[in-house]
Amino acid sequence: MLKIEQVSKVFYPGTVNEKRALDYVNLEVSDGDFVTVVGSNGSGKSTLFNLIGGTFPVTGGKILLNGTDVTGKPEYKRAFTIGRIFQDPTVGTAAAMSIEDNMITAYKKGMKGLKISLNHAKREMFKRELKQLSMGLEERLKDNVGLLSGGQRQALTLLMTVLSRPKLLLLDEHTAALDPRNAQIVMDLTTQFIEKYELSALMVTHNMQHAIQYGNRLIMMDEGNIILDLKQDEKKNLTVPKLVEMFKSIKNKEYSSDEDLLS
Amino acid sequence: MIEGIFVDGLIFSIMVLGVLITYRILDFPDLTTDGSFATGAAVATISIVNGLGLFPAILLATLAGAAAGIVTATIHNHLKVPGLLAGILTMTMLYSINIRILGGRANVPLLRIETLYSRMPEQFSFLSEPWALLVGTLIIVMIVKLILDLFFRTDLGISIGALGSNEQMIVSMGINPRVLKVIGIAVSNGLIALSGGLLAQYQGFADANLGVGMVVQGLAAIMIGEFLFNTNKIFLISLRVIFGAIIYKGLMFFGRYYGYYINLTPSDLKLLTGILVIVSLVIAKTRNAASSADARKKAMKKNLAMREHEEKKEIEHA
Repeated sequence: MLKIEQVSKVFYPGTVNEKRALDYVNLEVSDGDFVTVVGSNGSGKSTLFNLIGGTFPVTGGKILLNGTDVTGKPEYKRAFTIGRIFQDPTVGTAAAMSIEDNMITAYKKGMKGLKISLNHAKREMFKRELKQLSMGLEERLKDNVGLLSGGQRQALTLLMTVLSRPKLLLLDEHTAALDPRNAQIVMDLTTQFIEKYELSALMVTHNMQHAIQYGNRLIMMDEGNIILDLKQDEKKNLTVPKLVEMFKSIKNKEYSSDEDLLS
Repeated sequence: MIEGIFVDGLIFSIMVLGVLITYRILDFPDLTTDGSFATGAAVATISIVNGLGLFPAILLATLAGAAAGIVTATIHNHLKVPGLLAGILTMTMLYSINIRILGGRANVPLLRIETLYSRMPEQFSFLSEPWALLVGTLIIVMIVKLILDLFFRTDLGISIGALGSNEQMIVSMGINPRVLKVIGIAVSNGLIALSGGLLAQYQGFADANLGVGMVVQGLAAIMIGEFLFNTNKIFLISLRVIFGAIIYKGLMFFGRYYGYYINLTPSDLKLLTGILVIVSLVIAKTRNAASSADARKKAMKKNLAMREHEEKKEIEHA
């Protein structure tokens, strides 16, 4: 599915501000893998996602998606295979447009033509899709997305992202900006869609419990490296204290509390 | 006289529709307008003077405007300069080009030559001349509006709207935002040049300075329109723009006509237009703040009510 070979990223190279955000990282994600990614701030999680998604180019290394080299491809071309959801619920939808207009744009990836495809059949289909969210949005097709709450918008973003059937989901702390109740709803929907459409997924989270509870694999990042990679069996019996213990033994550092790891 | 204001306003409204596309739909402040409006007038006039025929003349004018838009979008896309600067560059270059098109002169008359506006009284001979011009212009504007409304209901049109609202979303949908910008800005300037081509025929001359201050006038008309009613439907938005354009022209007419009582000269009108835009911005801002505060209050009330309801349920359960 996804193969990252010797990928590195250096910001501001050759200046006093030079920062090596990723340090020759290797990672292979198989079809159907649901990988949770943890690590403290500045550990390189977001950089990794931005490189996979194509927000900025790599400094060195190769990124392969389904066997094809996408290292030099722009973000919008990679979007055909990758569905990405950001922490900010406003990034995934167009606030100034109605729900149905948002959905018709998301319905199919790629450049659009001079066709009017938003018809009765499509609206019925969108209503069926929106029912899955059980937020009553199916009655509000013509309302502007800007009128929805953060949780509703993020749920809609998730639905729109899977509507075009990507192969890989990049979830960048996509529930972090929501209140606990909505975060749970969006998280439940996420696992439901991943199973239903057999997607592979990478999910960054600061919630250790979520990192352990969801997915079949867990990686931990620190200072631009993947320092821990727990597969299915190893992950099953994992608890938060165990994870913290592992982190400490690898880093051989003393932490005053879990907080440093979580934040 | 009153028909004249309407004809003026209707021709102007096509230009404002173009400004609407860049400023409101694409969220791209495009200053090409001031140049491409005069380009449209120049191309239409020279084509007619050279006997190319009325329809090809107006088509060429539109295409010339679209080409100017493509230049702006390309400068913005490939040199990564802000849209404002790209527009200013094209506008400045267009000034020279427009004078070239007009054969080295700043002003070319269209006298004793058949134009759309000399044809209209013949076409609608059952109407008096002013009314014939009004009906003819209204038909043209309605056709343009219909095509534009349809365009913004197509998948392409909707994605252009989405680009203006959220560029990241367009990228996430696998669309190259640069291509959409080129299309949107080309359509916008095509309309602006079409409007210029019509105005030249209506007033009987093309002038290299015809476009000066057009952007601000267009914005004023859009903002006047936005005071009329609230909507997110494109056919109502474009209708609102046409109303706004006519009202703006009406206001300017009265400014010219009665202005001398308070010592107002026609050259003061640009100042007044600018002030009108600023006042509109202030009103819109306070209105927005008020309505969002209102919405927040409502949402909080709703949430509270919901929570109370659930708590009650739980208590009943217990």
